This record gives sequence, C-alpha cells and structure tokens, in this order.
Amino acid sequence: MSEMAQQGFDMEVQPSYLDKGYKSTLLRAPSRALVLPKKSLSESTGPLFKDFEIGALDHDLTKNAIKVAEPLGERIVVHGIVTNEKGQPLPYTLIEIWQANSAGRYVHKVDQHDAPLDPNFLGTGRCMTDANGKYRFYTIKPGAYPWGNHYNAWRPAHIHLSLFGGAISSRLITQMYFPNDPLCKYDPIFNAVPAKGRDLLVSTFDLDHTEPSFALGYRFDIVLRGENATPFENL
Amino acid sequence: MSAKKLQTPSQTIGPYFAYGLTPGQYGYNFPGIVDGMMVDKNDEGNVVQIIGTVYDAEGKSVDDAMLELWQNDGERRLFGRYGTGTDEGNKFSFTTVKPKSVDGQAPFINVIIFMRGQLLHSYTRIYFEDEETLNATDETLNSIPEDRRKTIIAKKEDGRYVFDIYMQGNHETVFFQL
Repeated sequence: MSEMAQQGFDMEVQPSYLDKGYKSTLLRAPSRALVLPKKSLSESTGPLFKDFEIGALDHDLTKNAIKVAEPLGERIVVHGIVTNEKGQPLPYTLIEIWQANSAGRYVHKVDQHDAPLDPNFLGTGRCMTDANGKYRFYTIKPGAYPWGNHYNAWRPAHIHLSLFGGAISSRLITQMYFPNDPLCKYDPIFNAVPAKGRDLLVSTFDLDHTEPSFALGYRFDIVLRGENATPFENL
Repeated sequence: MSAKKLQTPSQTIGPYFAYGLTPGQYGYNFPGIVDGMMVDKNDEGNVVQIIGTVYDAEGKSVDDAMLELWQNDGERRLFGRYGTGTDEGNKFSFTTVKPKSVDGQAPFINVIIFMRGQLLHSYTRIYFEDEETLNATDETLNSIPEDRRKTIIAKKEDGRYVFDIYMQGNHETVFFQL
C-alpha cells in the first residue's frame, strides 16, 4: 500500500468496529473485510449546509428550550476550530449537538435513568463554523449517568457532536469529554479509542474564553479526515 | 513531512440521538435539518421509495440505528436521514429519485449507518435490481464475490425498493472503506 492509501480512518487513533469492552459492538460490528470502491463523484462530495438557516438560539442550549426559567446546572461555553488533517480550517461546517442535562438525564423517551428531567432544557442544538473554521456554543455541563454495559458502569460527562465536512468520507460523530474526569478511566467507549487518540476527545478548560460572572470556557478542536486517495489500488 | 494533525476519534452515536438528529420524525419539538423525504412526492424525476430493516448478528431488527443517504450524479445532490425507531418492524424509509449513471458506473446511493454498538459508522451502497446491464459491467460490483454482491442490490417489491442491512452473519452486507 502506498503512503497515499493511509488517508482513510487513521486506526492509530480511531476505535475498531469490534471492541470487547463495549458489549453492544459484539452483535453490531461488521465482521468481514471492507471493500474499497472505485472512485465516484458521489463519494468525493457530501451534503453542504452552508446555506442552512441556523435558528437564532440553536447555538445556545441554555436558552433554546426555556419554558419558565433558566435550566439548572453549570453554564459553559464550548469553542474550538474545525480543520482537516493538514490543519486547514473548514469554514461553514455544520455541527449538531446533543447531550444529557446536568443531572445526567436525556430527554429521549428511551432513557429511564432515575434522575430528573429539566423542563427548561432539551439538550440539543447546532452551530456552524465561521469563515475561519471556528465555532462556539453555550450549554449546561452534562452530568454522568449509569448504563448497562457492566456492573456499576457510568458514562463520563460528555457532549455528542456530529459533523459533516466537505465529503461523506469526512463525516464524524464523536463525544467531547471534560478534563480530569475520573470516570474516563473506566469507560469502555472512551477506552475503545487507542491510547494515542484519547486525549483528542478531552476538552481543555479555557480561562481566556471563560465569560466573567457567566460561563466557564472549554476548548475542543476537531480534525476531520480526508478522502481515501487510492481508488482500486488494492484490488 | 508536513505536520499532519491527528483525526478526532469517532465515538458511538449512542441510543439517545433522536431528539437531536431526527427530532421531527420522533416527535420532539426541535426543527431537524433533514428527514427521509429527500425529494417532494411530486418531483418530476423518477421518484422511488426505499425501505428496509437493519439486522444485528442474532437476526433481531435494530430499533436505534440512524441511516443517512447521499447521492450525487452530477445533476442532483440529495441527502436524507432516518432513524429506525418509529416505523413498524423498525423499518427505515426514504423517498428520493433514482440517481443516474456516472462515468458508466451502475447507479447507486451511498448509505452511512450509525448505531449504538458502532464506535465507527459504516458505509455501504444501494444498487438497484432493475439495472442489470450496468450492474453487470460495474467495476466495484465485479470486485465483490458474486455471492456477496446481492447484499447491496435493492430488490423491487410492490413498486418499492427493499434494502435490508445485515451487520453480521451469512448475509452480512458488504461495507465499504471510504
């Protein structure tokens, strides 16, 4: 395989489909070798949302579902830059966001965790990177919550992020964690990422972006992969 | 050597994506970006419906997968998204137009599959049963052993295309490396 062929998922930092620690993968991971398709127009492109009209409060999860009062919890502002692997900023890329509330409870009706819902917090939003690839959104710091993977399993606090980039090969859904969370060490989903990649999932506290008397700042930079550059070479 | 940045690792979509990514379909009060209606029903193109089920290794239908369809034949760029948690039998359903052949390749639609239990999303393609001529000469299809090729060719039933996805097992769908 040539050097060019290594532009797909970088398995030094990406998780595998099958991970014994994360039990749900056992029945859902593809088991056969992936096929490298002939290059196509469709795969070299992807949906672009540059013209999508982001709602005025879409980027502010502390306000976009208020019914009577502000949601409970620690207000935070998350920001960063989205680039490709060459470090080039990716402007006007859509970022979709969803998370649990400060008590560790999701609005989703399947979530039965015995923690309160917050009537003033939905836990979803979206934002777009600007002309320089930068993004920012406001939310409430999510709580940890238990799950059924193994005895006494708890997910560390995390925010789900979904990004498109310029082609369907750059599509990414990930989770952003918080610094110094003692639960990360025990979490099979976090630890399914090779050690080299784990720090890339942890945001850093950012005093410079902390807004005085208002919200704590966290920085989370995101790198989207490029296209696989070797159509058919291995066939 | 250029300073290559490391990719942000992928993490699972988890079981609770619906109110964020497919809110309209699941009845949450938040406007979604897109749904399974990739074109209007009255679109002047060749409108088709594609339905199917995602099965796990035990043959159970998956009720918390999210599928995204993308097609670009140089004329139409269409994108759709649908979760498998609302329809009977955990089916997904997309309405789109059949893409045209590009550069002599058989027409296909790209599929991106996300679900709890997938740390990385999977890619596959939907080909069409009634494109025998182009399917027979398609380089990508011909690179796949014949017994597996049929896993990515949608069947026409009752005027709709049916495309079931098997994550594992004897019928395991062909997934692609993009």
